[in-house]
Amino acid sequence: MIYETLKAALAAEAPVAVATIVGGDAPIGAKLLIRADGTTVGALPGDTPQAQIIADAQAMLLRGENGIRSYRDDLQVFIETYPPPPTLLIVGAVHIAIPLVTFGKTLGFRVIVIDARGAFATEERFAHADELIHAWPDEVLPGRLTSNSHVVLLTHDPKLDDPALKVALPSPARYVGALGSPRTHAKRLERLRAEGIPEAHLARLHAPIGLKIGGASPEEIAVSIIAEIVAARHGLTGK
Amino acid sequence: MQDVLPMIEQWRARGEQVAIATVVKTLGSAPRGIGAKMVVSSGGSMAGSVSGGCIEGAVFDACQEALASGKARLLHFGVADDDAWEVGLACGGMIDVFVEPLNW
Repeated sequence: MIYETLKAALAAEAPVAVATIVGGDAPIGAKLLIRADGTTVGALPGDTPQAQIIADAQAMLLRGENGIRSYRDDLQVFIETYPPPPTLLIVGAVHIAIPLVTFGKTLGFRVIVIDARGAFATEERFAHADELIHAWPDEVLPGRLTSNSHVVLLTHDPKLDDPALKVALPSPARYVGALGSPRTHAKRLERLRAEGIPEAHLARLHAPIGLKIGGASPEEIAVSIIAEIVAARHGLTGK
Repeated sequence: MQDVLPMIEQWRARGEQVAIATVVKTLGSAPRGIGAKMVVSSGGSMAGSVSGGCIEGAVFDACQEALASGKARLLHFGVADDDAWEVGLACGGMIDVFVEPLNW
């Protein structure tokens, strides 16, 4: 019952936690599933401080934390949380996007590809993406970006990249990166400054995108981009 | 969990029992974080990992025992163990692994 509920929650990307008694004076292995709203499935033995465990699980779920908590004199409970997966939004269904979707999926991201150009954004090329959206980025991005979002701009085209940047840079998105050579990037900064985008927003843009690993193929560039995103998630630059 | 879920589903679909091993505590340099999982089927298949390959053999055996006994257990691994030669952690870290049959 708990397993089936957990499986369904993971499929629906609904945040849940599971508390398991792993040590102490209570039946080892007893389990309780806890949803974000505090409702539960399963049961712990009658004398366990269930309300306290539920409150701890809810707090840990918000922080995406896992670990053992101790209660009473000698009761160890392992609380494991399943927060919603991070999101990777790729603007531009170009060649690099194909391996980038693969790497993003492998690393547990929910991957969304956005491109209004039907010839690029085909089901055939992006069957492995969670979502393929045929629209302009500035139509899709507003309202979608949270602190769990990572935005990668790959279009090379100011007509597409600039409007997307104007939405992504002021948003709470955890990472915003844009493809382009140092020269392309310098021009981009000029354009965005002329439009009055604050320096603080421009400073958080990762461009030229990716870590310097010397690669040139679309697959190698995708590795450098996903590596930079992993570093950003851990508060590092990778340099 | 997400990484091992497809295998669990596959094994259960063919009628096998499943044991789950989870890293619940780490100390020092541990190769995998808390929550990392390895799953084992009654048919002897395994998926996922709880270390860099250092203790998977011992954990596999513990999973088979859990399937046979129906009981969950907390295992402790570290270099300081008496059986360090057998299943020690070369990295010098310590890992607690909770092993349980999937009967919930």
